[in-house]
Amino acid sequence: MCGIIGFMSRTGRLISGDRIATALNCLKERGNGEGSGYVGYGIYPDYKDDYAIHVFLDATKDYDKIRHEVEEVLVKYGYILKDEEIPTEEGIIKKEQVSWRFFYRFDEKYKSVEEDMMVDIVMDINAKIDGAFVFSSGKNMGVFKAAAWPLEVAEYFKIDQYKGFQWLSHARYPTNTKGWWGGAHPFNLLGWSVVHNGEITSYGANKRYVESFGYKCKLLTDTEVVAYLFDLLIRKHKIPVEYAMSALAPRFWDEIESMSEEDKKIHEAIRMTYGGATMNGPFGIVVGTQEGMAFMNGEVEEGNTMVGLTDRIKLRPLVAAEKDDLLFVSSEESAIRKICPELDRVWMPDAGRMVIAKLEKKI
Amino acid sequence: MASLGERMKELKIDAKDMDYRELNEKIHEVLDENKDLEKLVLENVLGQRFIGNGVSRKDLTIIVNGVPGGDLGMFMKGPKVVVNGNADHAPGNTMDEGFVVIHGSSGDVTGHSMRGGKVYVQGNVGYRSGIHMKEYKYKFPVLVIGGAAKDFLGEYMAGGIILNLNMDQEDSENIEGRMIATGIHGGVIYVRGIVKSSQLGIAADIKEFTEEDVEKITPYIEEFCAEFGYSNEIKEKLINSKYTKIAPISSRPFQKLYTPDLR
Repeated sequence: MCGIIGFMSRTGRLISGDRIATALNCLKERGNGEGSGYVGYGIYPDYKDDYAIHVFLDATKDYDKIRHEVEEVLVKYGYILKDEEIPTEEGIIKKEQVSWRFFYRFDEKYKSVEEDMMVDIVMDINAKIDGAFVFSSGKNMGVFKAAAWPLEVAEYFKIDQYKGFQWLSHARYPTNTKGWWGGAHPFNLLGWSVVHNGEITSYGANKRYVESFGYKCKLLTDTEVVAYLFDLLIRKHKIPVEYAMSALAPRFWDEIESMSEEDKKIHEAIRMTYGGATMNGPFGIVVGTQEGMAFMNGEVEEGNTMVGLTDRIKLRPLVAAEKDDLLFVSSEESAIRKICPELDRVWMPDAGRMVIAKLEKKI
Repeated sequence: MASLGERMKELKIDAKDMDYRELNEKIHEVLDENKDLEKLVLENVLGQRFIGNGVSRKDLTIIVNGVPGGDLGMFMKGPKVVVNGNADHAPGNTMDEGFVVIHGSSGDVTGHSMRGGKVYVQGNVGYRSGIHMKEYKYKFPVLVIGGAAKDFLGEYMAGGIILNLNMDQEDSENIEGRMIATGIHGGVIYVRGIVKSSQLGIAADIKEFTEEDVEKITPYIEEFCAEFGYSNEIKEKLINSKYTKIAPISSRPFQKLYTPDLR
C-alpha cells in the first residue's frame, strides 16, 4: 500500500524540501520504488502570480522539438517569462524524461478565464503532443516526481533547495498501471495536487462523470480523476469544501435519516446531484488545494489549504498531528515523528470526514 | 562486568535509523545467544514493523521505547511487550500467547485475529479493532481498550473478550461507533457506556449485563489498572460502571444466507 505524508505551516513559514523527503523515506516500505513524488507550495516566490508549468518531455534526442511544440501552444495565449530545464542531479536515476519548466503569464484579455484556459491547455498538450506531459500547472508551486525511490527522487530534483509552506508526498506501490514518471503522484491540475493511497473502484463512473464536463482522463491511473473532481466541484461549481467532501465520501443513508431536517435536505441533494462524484473503494487521500476556496459559511477563504480524507469505512490508514503552526497528515505516525519528534496532538480522523489545514493569511 | 558464567539477564538494542529487517534479525540473534535473557530494551524505535514477530519464549519482557510500526508481536507466543509510545496498525496480530501493553494509543485492526494472549491499550484504538479474534479450549484472547474505539469493533469476532472502557466518558453517555461487532459469531464485547442497537452490525445483539458478567470483567479491569498505575478509586469506578454487553445472535448467523429454510 502506498505511503502518503503531507504537512502545512498555517502561518506560511517556508520549510526546506529535505524535511518532507526524510519523512517520506520512512514510508518507503509502503512503496516499491516504481514511483515517488513531492509537491511544494510557495516554492517560486519570484513568480508568485505566474504559472509554473512543469512538463515531462520524452528523453529522446529530439526532445527539444517536443519542447518547441509545447511552447507554440503556450505563446498563443500568453507569454513565457522564462523556460529552462528543472535542475537535476546526475547519476542518481536513469533519465527517462527531460523535466522542463515554463514560467508563464496569460495575455491580459484572458485574465478573467485564465484557469479554464490553463485546464484546456494542459488537456490539449497531454492529449495531442506526443512525448509531452504536463505534470504541474499551478502558481507558486511545483511537482517533482519520477519512477524511483523517495530519496532518489528528492536528490535527483534537489528538492532541499526549494522552500515551501506546504508539502505533500507519495511513495507509490502501483496497482493498476505500470510505474512511469507521469504515473507517480502527486497528480496536479492548477492548484490541486492529489496524493492517493488506495484504489478508486468507482473510477469508471467517476471518469464518465468528469468527462461529461470536458476533462480528459489520459493518465490511466485512478488518482487523476480525484484532481478533476476537486476542480469541478470546488472551483467550477463553487461548492463549499465541506460539502464537496461529502459528495466524494457521502454520508450513509441511515446517517442522513437521523439528521436535522436542514442537514438531511442538503446531504440528500448532494447525493442526488453528485452521485457520479461518489468515490468508492479503499482510499486515503491528501489534497493540496487551490487558492480562494469557498467555505461552508460562504465566506471565500484566501490562501491554500490542505485536506486529508479516507473512504467512509476506513480501508486505508490516515493519522493527523499538530505542532505549533504545523499540521501533518500521514499514512503512519512514525513518518511524522521522524521530522517532528515532539507533537502537541496526534489523532485519527474519522472515516469519510476530512481533516483540513487552512492558511491563516494569504501568501 | 557480568562474569562469563552468569548469563546476561538484560540487554539493550539502539534501533535508531535501523531498518526493520535488521532490527528483527538482531532481536532473534540476541535471544538465541542469551537463553536466560529476561529483559530486552529497544531504544529509539521509530516505525519499525514486526517487532517481536514470531518470538516464542516464556519469562521474557521486551520494552519498546518509541513508536513501533505495524504488526507488533505478530505470531508471538509467550513474551510480554511493553510499548512506551503509540503503536501503529495491528499490534498483537494473530498472537498466540503473551501480553502486549501499550502506554499510548494504537492504530486500526488492533488485536487482529488474536488466538490467545492479551492486548491492553491505555489510549484509543482504530477501526476494526479485535477483528477475527477467536478462542479455542484454553486459548482465550483478551483485548482491553482504555479509551475509545472506532467503527467495526470486534468485526467477525469468534471468541475471547473485548473490553472497551471509554475512560474519557461517563458510563451514562452514549458512545460513538457504527457497525459494531458486524458478523460476530463467538466471544463477547463489553462496552462501558450506552450503545443503541442501531449502532450494531448484522449478527450482533445486545444482551443483559448481569452480576456474572461483572465477575468476568473485574480481573481484567484490576490488571489493566495495575499495568497503567490507576488508583483504586478509578478501578472501583470502572468495576461499578454500566456496560453494554454485545454478543452474537447465534453461532451461525449467516446460516440461512444462501439456503432459505428448506424444512
